[in-house]
Amino acid sequence: MTHPNKYNGLIWQESLPGGAHWSGVIRRGTVLRLTDLQGNANVAMLINNLEVKNERYNMPDTLKAQKTAFLTTPNMCFSDMGRVMCSIIADSCGWHDTIGGLSNATIVQKKYGQKSYQEAHNDYFKNGYDSLINELGKWGLNASDIMPNINWFSKVRVEDNGSMTFVTNNSKAGDHVDLRFEMDCIVSLSTAQHPMDTNPEYNPQPIELSVYKSLPVTHDDPCRLHRAENQRAYYNTKVFYGENPND
Amino acid sequence: MTKPQFDESKIVYREVVAAGDPWMHEVKAGQKFRIVDLEGNQAVDTLFYNANDHSERYSATDTIREQGNIYLTTGSVLQSNLCNPMLTIIDDTCGRHDTIGGACSAESNTVRYAIEKRHMHSCRDSFLMALGSMKTSSSESGACSCNHDKPITKDDLSSNINFFMNVPVSPDGHLDFDDGISAPGRYVEMQAHMDVLVLVSNCPQLNNPCNGYNPTPVEMIIWE
Repeated sequence: MTHPNKYNGLIWQESLPGGAHWSGVIRRGTVLRLTDLQGNANVAMLINNLEVKNERYNMPDTLKAQKTAFLTTPNMCFSDMGRVMCSIIADSCGWHDTIGGLSNATIVQKKYGQKSYQEAHNDYFKNGYDSLINELGKWGLNASDIMPNINWFSKVRVEDNGSMTFVTNNSKAGDHVDLRFEMDCIVSLSTAQHPMDTNPEYNPQPIELSVYKSLPVTHDDPCRLHRAENQRAYYNTKVFYGENPND
Repeated sequence: MTKPQFDESKIVYREVVAAGDPWMHEVKAGQKFRIVDLEGNQAVDTLFYNANDHSERYSATDTIREQGNIYLTTGSVLQSNLCNPMLTIIDDTCGRHDTIGGACSAESNTVRYAIEKRHMHSCRDSFLMALGSMKTSSSESGACSCNHDKPITKDDLSSNINFFMNVPVSPDGHLDFDDGISAPGRYVEMQAHMDVLVLVSNCPQLNNPCNGYNPTPVEMIIWE
């Protein structure tokens, strides 16, 4: 399922257990691959611009520009400043949620009970909100930066009357999604279960992070060409980096 | 919660907000707050903050997840980022309000419409104008009576409610902006569970057919 040379070579790779939290800088010109190692993973993600940190992933702008209520290839993830933070260049899963939000301590306790560190050591029950607070704090960010997030590998379907359903078994073992970063970003993530996950067991799943050097973004790039909106957001991103926006 | 009778004698505040204007005001716990769509199909972009602690604010995702539905209407409990109830919608003659469509900004207008549209008036401009006029506790007066030295900033602007706006989502995941389902005189009203600071941009969007390319005034009414 992995293609080590697809994007000019692997830079680094590491695995995260379920219920973990992680943050780091993902550079422009690299591809972050998220792999669902065993199926039914959830990766809650927030994205901030490394230089101007209050530029953040914006769920409404991403959805409105692309007339979609979920994410897959060739969608781009837009910031609140009209730029592209990353592009979804490959996706074996097909549907990633961005309206379901984050789990929190109350939800986790209500669903799964409580398991403290004293009792369970590192198998204690974690939640998405607290996990992201932990990561954001390392970069000078805080609770005000908890915005509507992406939940990679999770599916929430909306019926015509607006009711929301968590769709089980959306992601299989080995499914992956490849995000080509178009800006230098702080990526914060939690592998806690989706807040609407119907599994009554606390059973967050492990994932793998792989970062590759990306290939140049060409004029016929499917993400860039997907909609006129994507082309304009990409134009704005080039301007931000002092490059000819028409290149 | 039973539907309260609208009592003109108990009105404590009433103001018409012109198209494109910002508006910020406090609604005390227990008070009722009505927004009237005076001419129809106007989007009223609205954010709520705990008036005593601005770090607690309206959360679109917590609200829709807790009620299991993406649309807001009578009975919807508007939840904070700490999952506390901020207000409940107690009456709604429109039927459906959006909270996943967000607000327009100069930058999103360049993406959605054209690079040259950057200079048109937008909701984020209105939000930032209102916040810029906000006084802290060390100042003499302001729209908010709360004791706060830290102003609300762009960092605190999260996904808002678009009252009277129609953003349907289909089971296959398509999202669109449809003709509004509001009409002249339709209103939504809610009751506050905590002292809330209400931040509104009466949307100036001229590029979106949902308001017929004609932003119009709305009326804000607060009563006991």
